[in-house]
Amino acid sequence: MTENFLLVYQSLPYLLKGSIITLELIGGALALGLIMGIPMAIGQVYGNKYVANLISFYVWFFRGLPVLVLLFLFYFGLFLLLGFNLTALTAAILVLGFRSAAYQSQIFRGSIQSVDEGQMMAARSLGMTKFKAIWYIILPQALRISIPGWSNEYSIILKDSAVTYAIGLLEIITRGNFIATRTYQPLPIFLTCAAIFLILTYGGVKLLNILEKKVKIPGYGSYSNGGKEY
Amino acid sequence: MHEDNKIILKVEEIYKRYRKEEVLRGISFEVRKGETKVIIGPSGSGKSTLLRCINQLTIPDKGQVWIEGEEVTHTKKSINQFRQKMGMVFQDFNLFDHINALGNVEIGLIRVKGMDKNRAREKAMEELKQVGLEKQAYLYPAQLSGGQKQRVSIARALAMDPSVMLFDEPTSALDPELIGEVLEVIKKLAINGMTMVVVTHEMGFARSVANEVIFIESGRIIDQGSPYVLFTNPEHERTKKFLHKITELYGKSVEEK
Amino acid sequence: MIDLYFIQDILLPPLLEGSLITIKLIILSIPSGLILGILIAVGRVYGNKFISSLCAIYTLFFRGTPLLVQLFIIYYALPSIGIFFSPFMAAVTGFILCSGAYHSEYIRGAIQSIKIGQMMAAEALGMSRIKAVLYIILPQALRRAIPGCSNEIIYLIKYSSLAFMVTCVELTGAGKIVATRFFKYTEVFLVVGIIYLLVVSVVTKFLNILEKKLRIPGLE
Repeated sequence: MTENFLLVYQSLPYLLKGSIITLELIGGALALGLIMGIPMAIGQVYGNKYVANLISFYVWFFRGLPVLVLLFLFYFGLFLLLGFNLTALTAAILVLGFRSAAYQSQIFRGSIQSVDEGQMMAARSLGMTKFKAIWYIILPQALRISIPGWSNEYSIILKDSAVTYAIGLLEIITRGNFIATRTYQPLPIFLTCAAIFLILTYGGVKLLNILEKKVKIPGYGSYSNGGKEY
Repeated sequence: MHEDNKIILKVEEIYKRYRKEEVLRGISFEVRKGETKVIIGPSGSGKSTLLRCINQLTIPDKGQVWIEGEEVTHTKKSINQFRQKMGMVFQDFNLFDHINALGNVEIGLIRVKGMDKNRAREKAMEELKQVGLEKQAYLYPAQLSGGQKQRVSIARALAMDPSVMLFDEPTSALDPELIGEVLEVIKKLAINGMTMVVVTHEMGFARSVANEVIFIESGRIIDQGSPYVLFTNPEHERTKKFLHKITELYGKSVEEK
Repeated sequence: MIDLYFIQDILLPPLLEGSLITIKLIILSIPSGLILGILIAVGRVYGNKFISSLCAIYTLFFRGTPLLVQLFIIYYALPSIGIFFSPFMAAVTGFILCSGAYHSEYIRGAIQSIKIGQMMAAEALGMSRIKAVLYIILPQALRRAIPGCSNEIIYLIKYSSLAFMVTCVELTGAGKIVATRFFKYTEVFLVVGIIYLLVVSVVTKFLNILEKKLRIPGLE
């Protein structure tokens, strides 16, 4: 039993270095998804038919394919085909980012659409252009509404990051596997990896909850219903 | 009104506290066969809690309940058997949203009494006829008006052939023009000899149907007596005050037949 | 550039075989995962403190860790304490346990959204808790959970590809093997991708129709 603890203790630095890679991967992917997702959402809600359809197709493609297939397709196929020689990390950030953009665009689309129509009407009647109205009135509200859905996206990407094992990225589980095969102690090692993921998942969600509370608009929607007693 | 003077329901020294507040402070009364007891009182006086203590949907902190001589509280027997003898009609109807009117009435027969499906359906149809809703049998709760929903819920309770019916403000959630149809059904039940406890604000109804009116305030029985006495010359000042408020608020909402 | 001969004669047969494995994986995992989800949700909401906590911990673990890690633990780590799974069964077990946790959260939310009066009325009629949950609560809750559970089913269809990571050769795995051998990654995975897109689209359509059919009349 103690050898197991010793093993875990000794492996931690190596595994935690993997967490840094994981966090870089997630950070990059979420950021890419955000930068692409918001304009895509705006395009779907306020754009013309062609733009909206194009975006819908993109979303359908990147949500319909398994992460693993996307990674294989791009890392071993398309990137090379197009002449790019990317590291596993860069490729992974791009692939997970493109995919996240598809999901995030839908989160933001839902939030934008749930902002009351009257807000846009009032903004336009003040003389604002559509763009200004979106930027100053709609988005600030929509982004706050998006936080729970975005928190979900964070936890999904975190778990998808493990799949990059398949393209050899040295993240947590790849390193865990490396140690496990050399020490013949897969159980404690993989359980440790699981624990690291648990901490990252729930820690991140907790942080996002705190963020949500901090930016909350006073007086808006409390969802507790008090739970009527019989 | 009826020869048989058996005590159907007996409630003794019911106490119930929610967190810091004592909602019921020693309620006792009896209901004989065929009697209609109407309970009136201000909101928050514990009337709904009292009804729920009778069929143990809420467990009282102290006190006992007997139905047809058998004790319901402190018993090893499963409460479900006793509940079949007490029909309850809720202020919010609480019809089962996923089944149609007929289904609502027959589900108790099929799933609780274990009746054969065809017999249950026949009986359920019969009960719906009694409340005037046989044409709406296949409609779903979301497609019914408030008054219709409440009548279905009465049929649902009656289908179980209870010994006593408990009504928890049956018309309080209804639009004014729908109140009459529900009160008609309840009156009919009283005339046909059903033993009932009705919590209500409908004073006209109470006056015409009750054998005895019980006024509860702050968890205690303040006044008790025949409707004539209670409404025209109540003993206690608080009763007078309450009745005054009610008649101001509601006026005469239901004409007596 | 697109080599049709390659696609038809060399690629498609192994892909078809792989698809069969994928279908077997899905057919076993989806219903079981759903049933497990219902049990966990009911245990979480209606169980006593011990059962409820157990269900909460289970859900916490299987939703907080990657499916891949779970699969690795089942296939590579459990043998060290004497539990052996074939690649296929390891994948199925992982899928059931993982999707069960996600389903349970959707179903739990749905159960808790049912008005408390429904349970009260059921018990007032004399139904036991079990009967009330079975005949009154669940039929309504499951309908409300359909969007979430459908989402999870689609996810499972896509994540079945991870079975390859524990050496179970399903559709994606079959593709990788051919692609590696002939160095035609783009073509292979475009075809694989199209197959997944088709399956996902068809199943999504089917689930939408199912949801419409089960809608309670009168309720929007």
